[in-house]
Amino acid sequence: MYLQGMDCIVTGGNVKVLAKAIHSLSRIGDELYVEPQDDGLALRSVNSSRSAYACFLFAPLYFSRYTIPSENVFRCRMAIKSVQAVFRSLASLEKTVEKCHIVLDKKKNRLTFTLHCKHGLLKTHNLSFQDSESLQAVFDKDSCGNVFKAKSRLLVDTVMHFPSSLDEVTVSVNADRMWFRNHVDEETESKAMLTELCLASDEFDEFSVQDHSSITFCLKELRGLLVFAESTGLPISMYFDEPGSPVVLSVTDSVLEGNFVLATLSDDPSQRKSNTKRAQTPPPPPPDDDFMNDDMDSYLIAMDTSMAPGPSTAAPATTPLAEYTSKPPVAANHRTRIHSDDEQEEDETSETDGPPNKKFCSLFFGSVLPSSSLMSTQPLTNQEVLASDSEEDS
Amino acid sequence: MPLSTQSQADDEQYVLVASLDNARNLSNILKAITFKDHAIFNATPNGLKVTVEDSKCLQANAFIQADIFQEFTIREDVVGFQVNLTVLLDCLNIFGGSIVPGLSTALRMCYKGYGYPLTLFLEEGGVVTVCKINTQEPEELIDFEFCSANVTNKVILLSESLREPFSELDTTSEVLEITMSPDQPYFRLSTFGNSGNAHYDYPKDSEMMELFRCTTTQTNRYKMSLLKPSTKALALSSKVSVRTDSRGFLSLQYLVRNDCGQVCFVEYYCCPDEEVE
Repeated sequence: MYLQGMDCIVTGGNVKVLAKAIHSLSRIGDELYVEPQDDGLALRSVNSSRSAYACFLFAPLYFSRYTIPSENVFRCRMAIKSVQAVFRSLASLEKTVEKCHIVLDKKKNRLTFTLHCKHGLLKTHNLSFQDSESLQAVFDKDSCGNVFKAKSRLLVDTVMHFPSSLDEVTVSVNADRMWFRNHVDEETESKAMLTELCLASDEFDEFSVQDHSSITFCLKELRGLLVFAESTGLPISMYFDEPGSPVVLSVTDSVLEGNFVLATLSDDPSQRKSNTKRAQTPPPPPPDDDFMNDDMDSYLIAMDTSMAPGPSTAAPATTPLAEYTSKPPVAANHRTRIHSDDEQEEDETSETDGPPNKKFCSLFFGSVLPSSSLMSTQPLTNQEVLASDSEEDS
Repeated sequence: MPLSTQSQADDEQYVLVASLDNARNLSNILKAITFKDHAIFNATPNGLKVTVEDSKCLQANAFIQADIFQEFTIREDVVGFQVNLTVLLDCLNIFGGSIVPGLSTALRMCYKGYGYPLTLFLEEGGVVTVCKINTQEPEELIDFEFCSANVTNKVILLSESLREPFSELDTTSEVLEITMSPDQPYFRLSTFGNSGNAHYDYPKDSEMMELFRCTTTQTNRYKMSLLKPSTKALALSSKVSVRTDSRGFLSLQYLVRNDCGQVCFVEYYCCPDEEVE
């Protein structure tokens, strides 16, 4: 009898790559979002401040068996540490694990990983999970003006020069060069050590610059991808536009695709160029207020958390936005806004099947790095997170 | 060697004299049972037995036979004392832990009897160190009354197959459950932690299973905190025998080969966790 959920098998070296993907997602957030899709198994993670998102999609051909229910879209999330525990000894995975059988049993609320190892040893992990809304950042890397591709070694060697404690790095490009610089706040500028590294365009496999720009993002969250890319030998592609727009880093091969989407610090809004490039699924039509003006659109990442697939419906989507605009501006820490404003509202509906057409957009702006002092100088409307993913716990 | 130039007269004061050319043959095996500070030493003409106990539920014993020692002289039938094991190990490693080929620490362990400290003469590269460790009255050891006649299930596994699972065991699980059965799953280790449960199954016909003798299906739970320290003994050993008796008491026996290829034994006895139905 076919159980609702998912039944797939990963064999040989692919087990280790899957494990590495999970470990690299753990560098982003604490929870793993699992969604078996027609185009493959999607594993996603997002950080607590919603400024970093990562997704690995493993195509059906990645598996020696990939069976998902034909109807009933199913999504779940679980503590990523629990999944990491299944693949604890990475080094020996290749040598000991022959295949990994993953079964998602919706009825029992269990995700079972069975590792078939050498000498007949069977390791079975039954993990509990929670139902989840979809976690999907909508971004369009193909519409980005600046596109780069390099062997992972190049970026790994570059990043190596920056201390592991460094949070933010600034990447600047012109027609033939890319600079990496550690980002310092104005206040600490005089005391800080500045590190700058310059890469020539010929060190890249692809170097295409449309706008000379300079973006600042969190380096820490990128390291997970770098480790993954280096160990799998895949080149890394980088896509970005002007500051405030997210930077996307990806690795692809014929059966898997990993995308790391990181928010970037935005400049003063008055200096920002308006950007008409939009996400593939357009955000809901803006309500008639200061909040959703064209300048805002240019650096939004829409996190579509609808239960029903398809284009968003305007009415419900604008409700949270409208609620936000009616509130008075608050001090900079947007994180508290996520928790206090929307969590309570959304929490009641998070674990149960909400109304089928319920949809809210969790949007985060480019400049949502809480540690940056630049935030406090920004006009408040630029910093707001309009709504957050309903099931975020804390 | 300076140690061997000690006069015969000195020796007569001691009720126990044990010498090793390589102190590591003692210190390594003691590390397999160092999860508590105090250990009880029991010497007989057969050799040395060192015991560590925990919560009256767990007992670990290390056996070093007399023929492992270059010299083993005992003037009484039984010589027993208690010492701080951590201190003893620190002394045995006093010349540093690094392994330099050809260079080893020689040990001469001497004990005059009740009330006297345990004296260690350690020598490496011509340098001699004398350590005197206070001894205490040995506490009474638990008798687990584990005898072969009551053994219901027994397996012998190659340690290499258990090492990884043991080190991976979910420590958020309060218990380690061991299932032994003539039927599936044959030999299973289970944990029940915060994120779910995990099972490690060893089939009876695996190449790692050297002996499989299970008569009845038994599932017993043991406190994880008591068994986790046995991971050290597992790491040192080449094979391990797992036995349970009709009461569910567990016996783990590890075969350890020392640096010279000689065989020593470490065993753990553990009583089952009360909560099991």
